[in-house]
Amino acid sequence: MTDLLAVEHVTRIFALGGLFARGHFAAVDDVSLSLSKDRPEIFAIIGESGSGKTTLARMILNILAPSSGTINFRGVPLSRIHGRRRQLEFMKEVQPIFQNPYEAFNPLKRVDRYLFSSAAQLAGARSSEAREAATDTALRKVGLSLDEVKGRFPHELSGGQLQRAAIARALIPSPSLLVADEPVSMVDASLRMSIVNLFKTLRDDLKVCIIYITHDLATAYYISDRVMIMQKGRVVETGPAQQILANPQHPYTILLRESVLSPEDVDGDGLRPHAEAKEASIA
Amino acid sequence: MDVALSVENLRAYYLMDYFGIKREVRAVDDISLVVNRNEVYGLAGESSCGKTTFLKAIAAATRPPLEVVGGSTRYSFLDRDIYALSPEELSEIRWKHLSYVTQGSMNILNPVRRVRHSFVDFAFRHLGLPRSEFFGAVEQHLRRLNLVPTVLNAYPHELSGGMRQRVTIALATICRPEFIIADEPTTALDVVVQKDVLAMIREAQQQIGSSMLFVTHDMAVHANITDRLGIMYAGHVVEEAPTAQIFHEPRHPYTEHLVASLPRIGDRTQRTALPGAPPSLADPPSGCRFHPRCPLAMDICREANPSLTVLSANHRVACYAVSPHVKPATVIPVTSDSTTESAGLVE
Repeated sequence: MTDLLAVEHVTRIFALGGLFARGHFAAVDDVSLSLSKDRPEIFAIIGESGSGKTTLARMILNILAPSSGTINFRGVPLSRIHGRRRQLEFMKEVQPIFQNPYEAFNPLKRVDRYLFSSAAQLAGARSSEAREAATDTALRKVGLSLDEVKGRFPHELSGGQLQRAAIARALIPSPSLLVADEPVSMVDASLRMSIVNLFKTLRDDLKVCIIYITHDLATAYYISDRVMIMQKGRVVETGPAQQILANPQHPYTILLRESVLSPEDVDGDGLRPHAEAKEASIA
Repeated sequence: MDVALSVENLRAYYLMDYFGIKREVRAVDDISLVVNRNEVYGLAGESSCGKTTFLKAIAAATRPPLEVVGGSTRYSFLDRDIYALSPEELSEIRWKHLSYVTQGSMNILNPVRRVRHSFVDFAFRHLGLPRSEFFGAVEQHLRRLNLVPTVLNAYPHELSGGMRQRVTIALATICRPEFIIADEPTTALDVVVQKDVLAMIREAQQQIGSSMLFVTHDMAVHANITDRLGIMYAGHVVEEAPTAQIFHEPRHPYTEHLVASLPRIGDRTQRTALPGAPPSLADPPSGCRFHPRCPLAMDICREANPSLTVLSANHRVACYAVSPHVKPATVIPVTSDSTTESAGLVE
């Protein structure tokens, strides 16, 4: 087994309704994927809201157990991880990055407090000097430093800085897999590319595998190596990012691809049927 | 050309007074713009640059601590400034002449009543029809917008987010208002639904022939729906031009960056990110508010704020590096006597 992560035929079913009108709903339905240990890559999971992206991410993070199927991390099934020590060992390897950095940090606590407690819990830093050193190293990887973050509350940092601090927190234990759930959808346009470029650097320099969950096809095309398109819990298409997004085969992928609004459409397309009339009225 | 809305030197500040310490956050600082009849005017800018504050100010929907401290807002359907109206007159024109689709507006429908009830709440008194004819008119309006009239009998939780947003747009357009203000109406929707909803907004706007101010941070949406585009940065409009011109020949360095950094499918060339972070509006940089992040910053940029200058017909830019005609804006005196403090108090 050389796979870093192997998800095999995973299904997660949620029960709906009450005692009498019981319904079942498969949020994730027979999904398989694997990430290689030897070649770090950015693997994008794309789908609309309700397609099961986040449920899949929660199962990979071992927050939620699959109803059927297995998830192996370095050959060990996640269902066999019991006890605090083994759970911590797993958390050292797999770290999450959440969508909204303002919700990921408690607004009433200083940002460095989370970084230090991650360093103590996951990186085994016992003294305060070791904690500060581990935190500073991680922050420098994302282009920040401890001096910029120390003693600050979340509202004192910009959205981009805070998201980078959240990524730095995830990097403290030197994980081999990051699960990023819509990491740039809450970040300002002028800062978005700095986060996206940071993922590229993490993959190339630190050899971290990244599962990048998004609904934005354009950034997925820009950074990811492979993509997986999900619809209603099922995988409809998977393969190399450039090939799938430039030349989609499945009808749903084609629909997604066609729905993406592009800045090139500025010279008129289906959405503006009366383009000529509009141009005339402006002039 | 007919002007639907004319805003002059509008300034809306958040004025706060905590234990005698006065703070002032200049979220909308001296904005002048004109929206023509039957035009979709877009405003783009990142979060906390004052977009929503500007909309609240022109809709006369300000609440303390937000106050309009100067400038005028005139609509074509009013004979005077919107702030000269009494509260009764204001509620009379709202919805009938001026619709404001707020951020997260798909959640405005009453969750415990059927959608039908929301229509009565919002539109009954403005349409002035007897109850027997009212629902006929509502159903006719829904059909025109390609919605099935049976949504009236649904509860909001039975509808998807996209459907609720469509119902909200139907609500906003039912009285055929002359002016529609839309604040990020498609941000919470996914790409497939977003395109349909945008097409519907466009359709509704053209059917009733109203003017529209459309705000979103998503440049790709602007490329598809707006006729003219204003770019906001830290409370100022820094560039304004027809949308196609903004995308083809951006002049302000911030606009240039916004357009160049958009990821496009089929293009994997490296995109650069702007250094630094958006400024806090409670303590903005001196001079041009963009100068700490600007690659073209000169000495004058640090000292005086450039005014939004007409470069060519339809194109206005506020940047010294673009043209020697750009002159410093007139300095507006600080209203509160004490100094402002830096804090992340901006929404």
